Parts: sequence; structure tokens; C-alpha cells
Amino acid sequence: MAEAAKMQVSDEVAIQISGMNKWYGQFHVLRDINMTVMKGERIVICGPSGSGKSTLIRCVNRLEEHQQGQIIVDGTELTNDLKNIDKVRSEVGMVFQHFNLFPHLTILENLTLAPIWVRKVPKKEAEETAMYFLKKVKIPEQALKYPGQLSGGQQQRVAIARSLCMRPRIMLFDEPTSALDPEMIKEVLDTMIALAEEGMTMICVTHEMGFAQAVANRVIFMDQGQIVEQNEPKEFFNNPQSERTKLFLSQILGH
Amino acid sequence: MTISYTRTDMLPAMAPPVSQRGLVKWLRENMLSTRLNVALTVLATAFIAFVAWNIFPWFWNSVWNAGSLAECRAIVAASAGEGASGACWAFLKPWWGAFIFGHQYPVSDRWRPVLAFGLLFVALAPILFAGQRRNLTIIFSVVAAYLLLTLYLASAPGLAFALAMLLVAGLVAVSQVQPERLLWFTLLYPALCFWLLWGGSIWSPIVAMAGFGVLYAIFRFASPVIGFAPAAGAGVVAAVLWWLFADAPLAGTLQEMIPVDLLRVPSDKFGGFLLAIVIGVTGITFSLPIGILLALGRQSDMPIVKMLCVIFIETIRGVPLITLLFVAAFVLGFFLPPEADFDLLLRVLILVTFFAAAYLAEVLRGSLAALPRGQYEAADALGLDYWRAQRLIILPQALKISIPAIVSSFIGLFKDTTLVVIVALYEPLKGITHLVRQDVNWKGIYWEPYIFVGVIFFLFCFGMSRYSKYLELKLKTDHR
Repeated sequence: MAEAAKMQVSDEVAIQISGMNKWYGQFHVLRDINMTVMKGERIVICGPSGSGKSTLIRCVNRLEEHQQGQIIVDGTELTNDLKNIDKVRSEVGMVFQHFNLFPHLTILENLTLAPIWVRKVPKKEAEETAMYFLKKVKIPEQALKYPGQLSGGQQQRVAIARSLCMRPRIMLFDEPTSALDPEMIKEVLDTMIALAEEGMTMICVTHEMGFAQAVANRVIFMDQGQIVEQNEPKEFFNNPQSERTKLFLSQILGH
Repeated sequence: MTISYTRTDMLPAMAPPVSQRGLVKWLRENMLSTRLNVALTVLATAFIAFVAWNIFPWFWNSVWNAGSLAECRAIVAASAGEGASGACWAFLKPWWGAFIFGHQYPVSDRWRPVLAFGLLFVALAPILFAGQRRNLTIIFSVVAAYLLLTLYLASAPGLAFALAMLLVAGLVAVSQVQPERLLWFTLLYPALCFWLLWGGSIWSPIVAMAGFGVLYAIFRFASPVIGFAPAAGAGVVAAVLWWLFADAPLAGTLQEMIPVDLLRVPSDKFGGFLLAIVIGVTGITFSLPIGILLALGRQSDMPIVKMLCVIFIETIRGVPLITLLFVAAFVLGFFLPPEADFDLLLRVLILVTFFAAAYLAEVLRGSLAALPRGQYEAADALGLDYWRAQRLIILPQALKISIPAIVSSFIGLFKDTTLVVIVALYEPLKGITHLVRQDVNWKGIYWEPYIFVGVIFFLFCFGMSRYSKYLELKLKTDHR
């Protein structure tokens, strides 16, 4: 496994979130979130369910709207301006818990769709890119199959490749291994580790603490819509400060 | 005893025993599984046999050639014995034309609907069997054979015959070289069909279609300058202006310069299956896009668009089609200025289309709601805008889920075309059949005309149903 320390973090800001609040109706889901992500950083967000961690990263590409505060992604502020939203979305890749591949398209079509229609890449070039990334996630032989014919782990790797085909600068992972069998988790994590080694800026919501220790340079713990603690992985796991973090860690690591 | 066990070799899969395959298994499971089922099987078989036994002679003794019903009965009595029953299909010979074209459509011009019907399949084929050269070839050959035969039977004029054959030959050639170009014919077909069926100057449909050209040209050149939506708006305005002011004079001038025209046949001369098919095909073609837009509109975030769609859908669905037709035919006349010559059939077409569109919109709304949210989110996350996400991701899946329901409503629509009898149009089921039964020669005939009309309707509806089955299989990619 890779040594987290080896990987470079630049001093350029990739994502800047300041004073951000979000409500679902009366319910205050995200409370005063402040967070800066540098280019090349690999951040793992963990926390109990309902703590707002998924909602937080879904705000970064505006799948969820925030009501207060500021989110600046790669120099573009997210507002109601659709142009900005589309710009950010084409720069930010996202991988979902349930893969969300398009079942009516082949794997290759899944991968080339957005480059062709959003980036206006010629079809042939898009297909070459798609094959390149399929090789990278080690399933080029599945290119002409449909998502329904693949295993969960393969589907998730296709989903990662689909995001990469847009050449994103930032990748968001929303519990990418939570819906997978234990045997398949490793193949997806390996893909993500390889991506991290290439210097991709990543924010990953996950409960895979092994992954966090191996590649993250920062672990963020959230509870009740707030950032409770953040630290380097080693410090975070060995020397948690808040009681809530200690309780959480003892529960997920203690069995 | 030890609990330790290790398998050293894995077992190969074996064929199931005889009782688990083939006819034996099927009979055992489906017909004879319990005593009750054995009894039901025997009873049902007996019932089927009884019905067949009583109906069969009526069909067997069918008479196809006779001048009147009385003559028919005499023939049955002579061949099958006194008191035997027999069907009399001989009315079809004198009334065939009326059933197909309506009794008022000019006999000399019956080749026109015949040709339009053949070309309908040529126009539909590239959509129904996209990218399947073999199916295209089969359909085109069948259409060519059909046209050869029917145009001859309908004694089409030589020039029309030659042109039709040339057109089909040209399209066959295109289908072999560049099948995707066939869609151009599909786009032009409505104008061609209109001209063939209603006749008049050829320039009216051409100039009217040019309006769409104007729309597209303005949209194409203006959209890089003033943006997508304003350009589309400007195009629509220009096209409407074209139709309002440029259309009639231009068509008139062209007609004076180069007169090409067919005998004009007004809508009230249409009847029989011609009428049913014109209403059915128009309704089906236009209700699908309108229904899609209504369904999307009903899901829209924009409150006014949403409200308009809801009001439209609920109003149309809340009123029986017969009422709408009645309004179209009689009530609308009070509100329109007396000089407004708004064709009755056109009004019926518009209402039937709206009616079907409202139902389709609700069918589609169901499948849009059934799609996982993740599909919308994945499309958004990839940066696809609303229309692209709908066109490339959402609608293909939603339409696929709802194929059976969509085709059901199309079948319903096609059968509902018989309701236009309420506005005094001669549809086949009541309109033409009524004429047959009033004919002195065929007075007293009862079952046969209805069975004939029913069989034709069945063929069309069954065809649609089979096609939907085929489409479902072809688009099946979920591998469950």
C-alpha cells in the first residue's frame, strides 16, 4: 500500500467552504461548515449515519443546495447560476454508493456519453479515452456488455472510470464500497488507491478505516451536521481528542 | 464422530430427471397438479369442444359469392341441408370499397389512399426497426409487392404507378446504402400523405412544410447569436408568420406557374378504415411527443408550467372522449366566426391527439417516478443539462419501462376512433356497417359485418401488441 506521506499536496486551493449551512425544511442538516481542500489532498470523511457527511459532499457539486455560506470549487462559486453549476459538475467527478450506471447503455456508452455531449469530444477520441480508463480499472474486456451483466465491484470500477473520462480535477466518493460484498471491496479500494497515488484531489465518505490510514492525509469526523474533529490519520486513530470520536472509533474498530 | 469435512472435488451440473422437463412436466404442473385441477381441465376442455362444435358449422358453411342475403341462405340450405346455419360473407364484394375507403371517396381516386397506406410503412420502418437492415429490406419488399398489386387493382393512372414504383425503388436503394437517410422520407411523409389523401395543389403541402424549414433556418443561424431559447422562439414566430401570410399566396402563385394537382377530396368524404387509420395514425404520431412534454412539464420545478400541464391533463382525462368529440363538432361552431372554415376531421384529429396525449402523460409520469433518483443524480453529476439528461438518460429508460402501457393506450386510441360516429363520420364499425344493413340486398344480415370489422381491428391491434413485445425484448438490457 502507498505511503500517504509520499504523496504531494500542493498549496493551491481546490475547494473552499466557508460558513456553510443547510436545512431540510426545519431540520438543520449542516451547521457552519468551514473547510479548505488543497489540490492533491485525499480527505476521508467519516461519522455515524445521519451526520450529514454525504450531504456535505453532495453540496460540493450542487446535487444538494446550501442555503447559507459560500462554496467555491476550483475558483467557481456555486450559486443559482446554472452555468457555474454545469461548469463545476464537469470538473468534479462523483462516485455513488449504488454506482448509478445507466442500465440502458453499454459500458463503453456509459463512459463516452458525457465526454461526447458535454465536452464535445469526437466519438472516436472519447472511445479511446474510455478504453484507456477501462484498462486502468482492469476491465477492458467488459466494454460491450451492459451494467446488469457485471458484478457490483466491476460496476463500481466502471463508475469510477466513467467519472475519470471527464478528466475531473476533483473526485467525490459517496460511500463507494458500502453496497459491495467483502470480496469486491478490495478491488474498488485498489482502484481508488491507484488514483490517489496519481495525485487526484479526493474527498471520500467511507467507513473503510484501512483505506483512510493508507491514503488519506486528513480524516474528518462529523456528527450532527458539524465537523467534530479533523486530523492526520495517524493522530486521528491513535489519539482522538473528542469523546464523541473516541466512542465512534471504539464502535467501528472494536469488533 | 468428527465434524471436520473437506470437499476435494466440486460436483459437475447434471441434467434434471425426465419428470422435470418437457411436455410431461408442463402437463403435470399446469393441467393435472391436483384433483381439482384435473376436474377443471376436463370441464374446460369439454366447454371448448362444445363451443367449437356449435360455431364451427356456421363458419364451415360460409358463402362468399351471392347477390343478396336471401341468395346466401338458399345456397347454405342447398349445400348443407335445410335448417343448417352458415355465414354470409358475400356482402363484402359490393361493400368492400366502402369498408376500406368510405362510400363517398371517389372511386377513380382510391389508388391514392392505397399508395399512402403502403408508403406509411416505408415511412415507419426506419423508426420501428432502426438500424436493422434485414427487417427494412423485408418490409420494403412487402410494400413493393403490395403496391404493385393494389395499385393495379385500384387502376391507378400510369404516371402515378410509375412514380410510386420509382419512389419505392429509390428508397430501397437508399436503405441498402445509407439507411439513416431514410428518416428524411419519414419527415416528408406527412405532407405527401396529406396531399395524396386530400388532393388539391401539390404546392400547399410543400409551401407549408417550407414553414418548418424557415423555423429551422432561423433557429440555426440565430441560436449562436442570441442563444437557444430566444432563437427557438424567433423561429416559431417566423414560421407562424409564414403560415399566416406567405403560405396561401405563395402556394397559389406556384400553382399558377406550374399546376400539379389531384382531385380535391373533402374530409366528409372519408370513411371506413381509411378514416380509422388516418385518425389512429395521426393521434399516435402526435400524442407521443405531446405526452412526453406534458409528463416532463408536470414534473417541472416551474410552478406555472406545472400548473398548466396539470390543468390540461386533468381536464382532458376527466371528460369522456365522446363529449370532447361532440364539443369539437357542434359546440365549437358557436364560438368560431361563421366564416371560419375549420375542417371537422381536423378538429377531431386535434382532440383525439390531445386525449391520447393526456393519458400518455400520466403513463409516463408513472415510469419517470419509477426511475431511481440515482439516475437523475448521475446525469447531473456528469454535467449533462436538463434536456440532454432527459433525452439521453431519463426518457429512454422511462419509455422503455412504459412500452406495454404506451402501446395499450395506442391500441385503445385506435379502437376509440370508432367513436367518431357520434359526429356523423362514417367509421367502419357503426357507420359503414349500418349502411350495409340498410341495403335492400343485405337487410337482416347481423353478425358478419361486425365480425369482419372486428377481425380487421384485431389484426391492427394484435400487430401493435406483437411489435411492443418485440421492442421490449430488443431493448431488454437489465439481464435479470
